[in-house]
Amino acid sequence: MDTDVKTVESTFRSRNQHLSFFFDNATVLGVLMIAPAVIYILALVGYPLVLAFIYSFSDITIGSSHFSFVGLENIQMLIRDFDFKTALYNTVYFTAVSMIIVLVLAKILALILLKDFKGKFIIRTLILMPYVAPISLGVIGWLWMLDSIYSPINWLLQHTGLFGPDFWPMWLGKPKLAMSAIITVHVWRMLPLATVIMLAGLTSIPQDIQDAALVDGAGYFRRLFQITIPMMLPIMLVAVLFGIVFTATDIIIILVLTRGGPYGSTQVLVSKAFYTGIDAGDLATGAATALFLFPLLAAVAIFMLRIARRAEIA
Amino acid sequence: MKKNTKDTKQIVLKIAHLGSLAVFAFFASLPFLWMLITTFKQDADLYNRANNPFIFNMAPTLVHLKELFHETLFLKWLLNTAWVGVLVVLITLFLAIPAAYSLVRLAGRWGERLGIGIFLTYLVAPTILFIPMSRVVANLGLQDSLWSLVLVFPTFTVPFAIWLLMGFFKTIPRDLEEAAMIDGYSRFGAFIRMVIPISTSGILTVVIFSFTLVVQEYIYTLTFVTTASRYTVSVGVPTFLVHGDVYNWGALMAGCLIASLPVVIVYNFFVERFISGLTLGAVKG
Repeated sequence: MDTDVKTVESTFRSRNQHLSFFFDNATVLGVLMIAPAVIYILALVGYPLVLAFIYSFSDITIGSSHFSFVGLENIQMLIRDFDFKTALYNTVYFTAVSMIIVLVLAKILALILLKDFKGKFIIRTLILMPYVAPISLGVIGWLWMLDSIYSPINWLLQHTGLFGPDFWPMWLGKPKLAMSAIITVHVWRMLPLATVIMLAGLTSIPQDIQDAALVDGAGYFRRLFQITIPMMLPIMLVAVLFGIVFTATDIIIILVLTRGGPYGSTQVLVSKAFYTGIDAGDLATGAATALFLFPLLAAVAIFMLRIARRAEIA
Repeated sequence: MKKNTKDTKQIVLKIAHLGSLAVFAFFASLPFLWMLITTFKQDADLYNRANNPFIFNMAPTLVHLKELFHETLFLKWLLNTAWVGVLVVLITLFLAIPAAYSLVRLAGRWGERLGIGIFLTYLVAPTILFIPMSRVVANLGLQDSLWSLVLVFPTFTVPFAIWLLMGFFKTIPRDLEEAAMIDGYSRFGAFIRMVIPISTSGILTVVIFSFTLVVQEYIYTLTFVTTASRYTVSVGVPTFLVHGDVYNWGALMAGCLIASLPVVIVYNFFVERFISGLTLGAVKG
């Protein structure tokens, strides 16, 4: 009996002797299976990332093979540049304001959606649409709605009496209005994602805890602030971190709606990097401009790691 | 009397609930509603400020749709998007499935960490990479070619796909693979014959998300491609129907609507999986 098993095993082994070195050894196979992905990521994320740093300290341009290091010159020039300072300020302002609005609205919307009601599937589809549809296309819808002559929003507000008969704002033509328009469109786009994340957080709170608090006589707001919000904190943190990254690095809305105008009032770091680096061909300055976002992304990454590690322990 | 006030309170709450739902749904869908109306409106109706923009003051027309398909490159852009999408999905699956399995089962303790590391590359947004990447693409001789997109798009689909699949493979009991190995399969054989077939729904999720990410991509396409007939739909429509001399709103809105709808419908069925991937598994759905 015992020998039988051994013979079967040894014939099996000899048949696949060298193949089994690759296919059975967990370490070798593990390395082989992950190698293509790691090599790809190193080549097309790692290498360009290194290039981004190198370019920032050089004078490289599109369509020329000339390349020499200029040290911190690009960065110093940017810091002195008034347009750059405006773009930096706009980035921070745009990110902060839209994040706050998104968080507040998402919290409200998630609480509303938590209740059961008829037609939930349809409502959910409608609410998700802004995030799911290709952004550049959704934003063109907004471009047409904010049109300087035929804006249906203006028409609606005028005919409901909210605007006077001669009041017809040019949403994308005035600096302050253009910034509000950009923020509104961005909130429109991010709200679905934030809401769904919040909803996932809300439904993950065990009902027993809420019930127990209810029995103990805790009111709605007491439960909201002492149970719901603290228990949702890790999820909200994830939502905020993603929101910051998506908001600070997204330029589609700006490229389609205002192209940074009027008078640079909606120019952010990335859109400026695009116009200097690609449109004007100054790769070095463009790369240096975009690189100012790197500290932000690195900080977010470190936060993410911490959250992941905590999830791992728990 | 007391019951009455309670009923009134219930009704008021219900109206407030439905009312706020309606407001949010209206805000979310307004641009799409406006696209739908514009698509079928006659120009004379559209460009008249005296008309109510939300109703059809003249008979609906199909003229904008005809224009979109016959006089613009819209169909070509759709085909380009589909072509790039299919190739990117295939590359993503080829790279991500073995990698995710390796990280979960074969890599031991450092597997989880490497997994998180790969996920973090998702944060190194195209924003920082598009400028050096334009040079990389040019050096490879791929500028102004759809192949540049096929090469670069997996940079954002692969990390996310690996992360999603890792979550998926973790839920497969080890016993299944061990049983297959006792039956005579090698470890790799067990992966091919056992793990992949039972992971179909996870793989399908990756297919859907990779494809939608390709459809949504904007900045790389705008940077690498310059010839009109080589654009994808989400860049072709805003670039060639907006920044031309004439704003052809009817055809433009038709294009936006047609390209958006399929993605919206498909995505809707997979959104929960997407979220549990995004929240780092901090929420178990």
